[in-house]
Amino acid sequence: MGTIFHLDIVSAEESIYSGPAEFIVAPAVMGEVGIFPQHTPMLTRIKSGVVRVKAPLQDDEEVYVSGGMLEVQPDVVTILADTAVRGKDLDEAKALEAKRKAEEIMKNKISEIEYARAQAELIEATAQLAAIQKLRKRGH
Amino acid sequence: MPSSREIRNKIKSVKNTQKITRAMEMVAASKMRKAQDRMKKARPYGEKIRNVAAHMSNASVEYRHPFLISRDSVKRVGIIVVTSDKGLCGGLNTNVLRRALNEIRTWETEGNHVDACCIGNKGLGFMSRLGTQVISQVTGLGDAPNMERLIGAVKVVLDAYTEGQLDRVYIFYNRFINTMKQMPVMEQLLPLTDDRISSEDGEARPTRAPWDYIYEPEAKPVIDDIMVRYIEALVYQAVAENMASEQSARMVAMKAASDNAGNLIDELTLIYNKSRQAAITKELSEIVGGAAAV
Repeated sequence: MGTIFHLDIVSAEESIYSGPAEFIVAPAVMGEVGIFPQHTPMLTRIKSGVVRVKAPLQDDEEVYVSGGMLEVQPDVVTILADTAVRGKDLDEAKALEAKRKAEEIMKNKISEIEYARAQAELIEATAQLAAIQKLRKRGH
Repeated sequence: MPSSREIRNKIKSVKNTQKITRAMEMVAASKMRKAQDRMKKARPYGEKIRNVAAHMSNASVEYRHPFLISRDSVKRVGIIVVTSDKGLCGGLNTNVLRRALNEIRTWETEGNHVDACCIGNKGLGFMSRLGTQVISQVTGLGDAPNMERLIGAVKVVLDAYTEGQLDRVYIFYNRFINTMKQMPVMEQLLPLTDDRISSEDGEARPTRAPWDYIYEPEAKPVIDDIMVRYIEALVYQAVAENMASEQSARMVAMKAASDNAGNLIDELTLIYNKSRQAAITKELSEIVGGAAAV
């Protein structure tokens, strides 16, 4: 205790690293941060870049992350890596895309309903027409 | 009795169908293993982010995120419906859609408006036929749940929630229990319930002096990010489970279809043999009758 902490690097699609570490360096948005055990709790965003991990009795390991979140607790450090490339504008664009597609479908559906209604009216009208013609024939 | 040629054609067509269902069964079986793997791999992320959320709720944070605040009056409900893109997977989609339909009916009789976000083709078709307002959708995800493609659709729902257009958000999907069993479930996504933000192992943190994180650059954007990612992780997990469910349901359905085709072939073969025998007997007796007449 005290000289190592537990490090987890996970992304939504898989667990990238899980094990003890003595020291890590991560690319936080405000600049690189180095974290030793018993660090005070911290929560920050990280940029895309390399996380350097010093595991006990092993060489340094380098893990690439494409951005995400870093949570630091005295004995546990968690890096939540993003799998997707993120950005405010990019997310916004994706949301708009999803919305637009949905609206398109709703619109199509309405036109379908309208089409069905028009068809029903047409059938009714032709039936009326036929009945009138029949009546005329009979009555001259 | 139908002619033997007709029966033979019928047998041939059933055999062809059986070949297809058997091939689909095998494809589904191999995809199922991968889908289950993906589902398991997605779990650590969900657990970790949940722990972070739990830590955050323990900390004396000065900023409470809207996702954590429950609203008293519920007027508009958002639902995220996860279904498969393709059919031929037994009652999988029907079950989850029936579940959703029941809930929608209840909400609508209570006078709530329902907005839907559809993930998967089957749900989308169902919702637009039903006339439910669809605010966002993703289809054609393929075999892997793709976070990149889910983000947009989920963001529409989250934005609607933050802006107050939705007061509550639920998610419907098939939970994977085992290969033979999938269960349609409804879960509340927003506001986040307490059991969703307490850590999994129920670890009781030693009561310390009030503490808070150091936030970089600031508390609000960092917490916002965490919360959005948490919801996305939950949706991702649901999609991954649904995909594993889909493949195993398809495998079971196709196995049943192949078995049924086998039974049908057996029965038809029996009829075919009988009719062949009858024809031979008839011919023989005609020959014998003819010989006797001469």
